[in-house]
Amino acid sequence: MPRNPAAAENHFQPADDFLSPIAPYGCETKDMSDPERFVNQEYKYGFVTNVDADALPRGLNEDIVRMISAKKKEPAFMLDWRLKAYRRWVTMKEPRWQQVQYPPIDYQDMIYYSAPKPRKKLNSLDEVDKEVLETFAKLGIPLEEQKRLAGVAVDAVFDSVSVATTFKETLQKAGVIFCSFSEAVQNHPDLVKKYLGSVVPYADNFFATLNSAVFSDGSFCYVPKGVRCPMELSTYFRINAADTGQFERTLIVAEEGSYVSYLEGCTAPIRDKNQLHAAVVELVALGNAQIKYSTVQNWYAGDKNGKGGIYNFVTKRGKCEGPNSKISWTQVETGSSITWKYPSVILKGDSSVGEFYSVALTNHHQQADTGTKMTHIGKNTRSTIISKGISARQGSNTYRGLVKILPKAENAKNYTQCDSLLLGNRSEANTFPYIEVENNTARVEHEASTSKISEDQLFYCRQRGLSAENAISMIINGFCKEVFKNLPMEFAVEATKLLNVSLEGSVG
Amino acid sequence: MLEIRDLHVKVEGKEILTGIDLKVNAGETHAIMGPNGSGKSTLARVLAGHPSYEVTKGEVLYNGKNLLELAPEMRAREGVFLAFQYPTDIPGVSNVYFLKSALNAIRAHKGLEEMDALEFLDFIKEKIKTVEMDESFINRPVNEGFSGGEKKKNEILQMAVLEPRLSILDETDSGLDIDALRIVAAGVSQLKSPERSVILVTHYQRLLHYIVPDFVHVLMGGRIVKSGGKDLALQLEAQGYDWVKEGAHRK
Repeated sequence: MPRNPAAAENHFQPADDFLSPIAPYGCETKDMSDPERFVNQEYKYGFVTNVDADALPRGLNEDIVRMISAKKKEPAFMLDWRLKAYRRWVTMKEPRWQQVQYPPIDYQDMIYYSAPKPRKKLNSLDEVDKEVLETFAKLGIPLEEQKRLAGVAVDAVFDSVSVATTFKETLQKAGVIFCSFSEAVQNHPDLVKKYLGSVVPYADNFFATLNSAVFSDGSFCYVPKGVRCPMELSTYFRINAADTGQFERTLIVAEEGSYVSYLEGCTAPIRDKNQLHAAVVELVALGNAQIKYSTVQNWYAGDKNGKGGIYNFVTKRGKCEGPNSKISWTQVETGSSITWKYPSVILKGDSSVGEFYSVALTNHHQQADTGTKMTHIGKNTRSTIISKGISARQGSNTYRGLVKILPKAENAKNYTQCDSLLLGNRSEANTFPYIEVENNTARVEHEASTSKISEDQLFYCRQRGLSAENAISMIINGFCKEVFKNLPMEFAVEATKLLNVSLEGSVG
Repeated sequence: MLEIRDLHVKVEGKEILTGIDLKVNAGETHAIMGPNGSGKSTLARVLAGHPSYEVTKGEVLYNGKNLLELAPEMRAREGVFLAFQYPTDIPGVSNVYFLKSALNAIRAHKGLEEMDALEFLDFIKEKIKTVEMDESFINRPVNEGFSGGEKKKNEILQMAVLEPRLSILDETDSGLDIDALRIVAAGVSQLKSPERSVILVTHYQRLLHYIVPDFVHVLMGGRIVKSGGKDLALQLEAQGYDWVKEGAHRK
C-alpha cells in the first residue's frame, strides 16, 4: 500500500518504514544581522558537450520503462522489478514536508534515457568519443595514466552509460568487482538479484521508486570476503544532455571482513532549466566489513537569481548487516539548487558502527535539506553525526536527522553535533533533530550551535595581511575541519578548493 | 614613518578622537598613555583600519602614503601590525597555517617568493623561542582555548614572524604576570632596529620598565594633551592623570 503523505507529515514510522519522511518540526534560527556585501561567481564546469545522444522520447509510461530495459538488454527479473516500481510510483505523491521550495516538476516533460551513441564496442580509452574525453579533461577527471599512479580506479558515468572503466585488472586480481550497473546486470545477475533493493526497496519513497523504474546506469561494487580493496574506488557522475533526468543507482556489497572506500564526485553543465537528479545508493556491510563512502557534490547550483540548477533528490542508505560492521558517510555538498538527501545507516549487526560527516554549503538561492538517520537495532551499536551547515546570501540550510534506538538495541550510543555558520543577513539555518529512544540503556547526546563569521574575526585576519576572501575561506575551512579530516586526502584538497570557489566573492 | 595630522574619528555617531597630531620617525618607540576611555585603543584600531570607525577629518601619512585609503590587509602588507588587546579565536585553523598564510600574503606583496611548509616550519620553530612557548603551540587552533597570557604571547609571536615596520601594541601588557610581561618586552626589543618603529598603547607605565620609550604622549578626551620623554611616564605613575588634565585646561 502506498504511504499516505498526509499522515507521514505528523509522525514517524518505525524501522520497517525507514525512509518515511521526518515531520518538519524543531527549532528554527534565522539570522537578521550583518551587512549585505555579496557579489557574483560563475560555475566553472558549465559547458555542454555535443555528442549524438541516443535518447528516448519525452515522458514516462510503461512503454518507456520497457524500452529502457530493452535498450539495456536486461534479463526478465530486472524488467519485472522496474515495472513493479513504476506501477507503485504512479500511486505515490511527491513528498512536500522538506524545508525547500520549488515549482511543480512535470514528470511527463522529461527524457528518461539518453546515451552517447557508440560507434562500436569500446575496448580501450582510445576508442571513447573524443569530445567525451575532452569533457572529462575539462572537468579535470583523471581517467588516464596519472590517475593510475594515484591509485584510483574511475568508473565514469556520462549521462547514462559508463563510457570507460579503468583499473579493472588490479581489482580483478583482488577479486573485487567494480563495474557499471549495466555490466553487473549482464555479468553478475545473481549478485544484483540478491542485493538490489535489499536496503532501499523499490517502494521506499517517491524518488527512490521513480529511480527503481527508470534508472539507466550507475556503479556496482562487490568486495569478497576478507579482501581489503587495493585502491580507492571513484566514480564521477556528470549530467550532460539537456532535460535528461539522471537516475543512477549504486550498489556496494562488502562481504565479511572486507574493506572498501568509495569516492563519488559530481558536476553538471549550466542550463536555464532545472534538472532532476534522483539517485539511489545502497550499501551492504556484512560482519566485520567496513564501507567508507565519500561524496563531493558540485552539481550546477543555478545562477545568482535562482534560475536553473539541479534538483538533487537522493536516497542513500547503508545496512550494517553483520556484527562489528561499519559504514561511514562523508559528504561535502556545495552544488545543486536543491539538495534533499539523508545518507543513513541501519545498524542491525551487534556492535556495528554508523557515521555521518557532512558539510553542506548553500549560496545565493540554494536550498539544502539534508541530514541522516541512524537506526539502532543491534546491541552495542554506535553512531556519530557531525553536520556543518554554511549558508551565504539567501541560502537556506536545514539539518534534519533521526536517531532511533529500537527496543533490542541494548547500550546503543549516539553522538550528534550540528553546527551552522551564517554569512550575510538573509541566510537561513534550521535544525530538526529527531530522537526516538525505546531502550533505556541508550545514551544519546546532541549538541548544536549557530554562529556567524564575526567582524572581529575578519578584521583580525585582514590585519595580518590576508584578503577578506582568504580570511572567509580560512574561517570556513576551520569550521569544516572535523568533516574534512574524514575525507581521503585528495578529496579533502578538492573539497577545500570547492568551498573556496563556491564562496568566491562572498565578501567585498 | 608615520605622521598623523588633526585626526578626528567617530564611532557610532560619537566623536572619540578630536584632533590627534603625532609624528613617529623610523627607529623610534612611542608610548601612548591615558586614562580609560581617552581614545587610546580607538587610535590603535583606526591606524590598523578597523571598519567600525569613521574618520571625519584629518590625515595619516605612512611612509608618504595616505594610510587611510588602504584596506586593512594592504596596511598589514605594507608593514603595519596591531597586537590586539582582545585577540579573537579562529576555531579549526591552526596557528602554523594561519601564520604561514599571513606571512606569504605579505611576502607576495613585497615580491618575495612564498615560503613552503617545511621552510616555514624551521622558521617558526626558531621564532617560537622568542615567546618561550612549547612547539605544540603552533599546532593549536588560533587563540582557541588560550589563556589571556597565551593570547598575548601569540600576538608577539605573530609580530616576530611578520616583522612589521610599524608595530602598534594595544594594551598588550594588561592582565599579564611579570614573566609574561618580560617575554612580551623581550619580543618587542628583539624586533627593534633603526628601520622599525613601535607604538605602545598602555594604561600603566609598568611595561615601560621593560621597554623604554623615546617619547611618551598623554591622550585625554580624544587628543594628545601632553608629550615628553620617558620621565613623563614616571611622573604619571607617581601623580596620576589628574594633574595633566588641569594642565591641559590651563593651556
